[in-house]
Amino acid sequence: MRSMLKFAIAAIVIVAAIPALAQGTGSSIVVAGPYARATPAAAQTGAVYMTIDNKSGAADRLTGASSDVAAKVQVHEMTMVNGIMQMRELADGLAVPAGGSATLKPGSYHVMLIGLKQPLTAGETFPLTLTFAKAGNISVTVPVQAMNATQDRGGGMSGMGGMQDSKSGGMGNMEMK
Amino acid sequence: MRARHWLLTAIAGLAGFAVAALLVIVIFAARQAGHVGGAASIGGSFTLVDDTGAPVTDKTLAGKPYAIYFGYTYCPEFCPTTLLDLSRWIGKLGPDADKLNYVFVTIDPERDTPELMHTYLSSFDHHIRGFSGTPQEITRIAKEYRVYYRKIPQDDGTYVMDHSTVTYLMEADGTFDTIIAYQEDDASAVAKLKKLIAPTPTS
Repeated sequence: MRSMLKFAIAAIVIVAAIPALAQGTGSSIVVAGPYARATPAAAQTGAVYMTIDNKSGAADRLTGASSDVAAKVQVHEMTMVNGIMQMRELADGLAVPAGGSATLKPGSYHVMLIGLKQPLTAGETFPLTLTFAKAGNISVTVPVQAMNATQDRGGGMSGMGGMQDSKSGGMGNMEMK
Repeated sequence: MRARHWLLTAIAGLAGFAVAALLVIVIFAARQAGHVGGAASIGGSFTLVDDTGAPVTDKTLAGKPYAIYFGYTYCPEFCPTTLLDLSRWIGKLGPDADKLNYVFVTIDPERDTPELMHTYLSSFDHHIRGFSGTPQEITRIAKEYRVYYRKIPQDDGTYVMDHSTVTYLMEADGTFDTIIAYQEDDASAVAKLKKLIAPTPTS
């Protein structure tokens, strides 16, 4: 009885995890490993990262996005030029080449949440709708990870630089729940 | 004969004046160049307000070495990452952490009020203080610290900020010591902070 229950729970967990790893599978666009970083208290902005695969033979573009958690969502590019951080909205969106992919990651492209209604807390999730020029709207569920999380496309996550041995207060102790 | 003598004197005088003027220009230019490139040029006096609303000046920080970083709370990635890194380094210093001051200066004073910065910084190590001020005061301290920042308007009426990403380490008397780069590794950053607390004694 107990083992059946365990099996059932495991089955539910696995089934629940599949869409988290590869969302929007019904379309030619597949969004893999989306995640956001937790935000400090009162922060008005947040960033979402992911890999977007284009399985079709035609180029597409991520032109915009929306979410209940923020007043506005934009597609941004970040670059470091001579130690100066520059961030710009991609007015024409982000290209996702035919049969190729676009990678949104720290220090590069990201979906920017502006006017957060509340801080993003590690362990929580929120819905995000991505708008593509050809594929239309694709909704994904975004898990919130540590404030300095990085993640590969398969969903493997790592916090940079020894978060675990931190003895400082506040968010320095924050870990994934 | 007399006129010729006068002419020679005039030429000699003019030449002397030209050489002297040139010397002054060269020395002045050299000094300026030294100032621009030299470590002595980073830092200076300022008048700001901290995240509790209390007025602060460069004298407030005097007596303890300090780490100073310029950013803004609307920053989605670099600033939280830097403050999180700094928090971790402060943790690694243990009790010695109290021997330094740590300051986060906003380059976006229009949006970053002391109250907002106070709440924002509650997510990081409690040693880190937030400084804000009038746009003029922020322009001044950024100039003193040779920090680049620029407001970039967006089509939707909002704006984003371009900004420098280094953390400056300053000695107790306000002179520049060194920098910690964005995402510098823990061992290197903590070693710099420890050296700032207890510099190698000079005889």
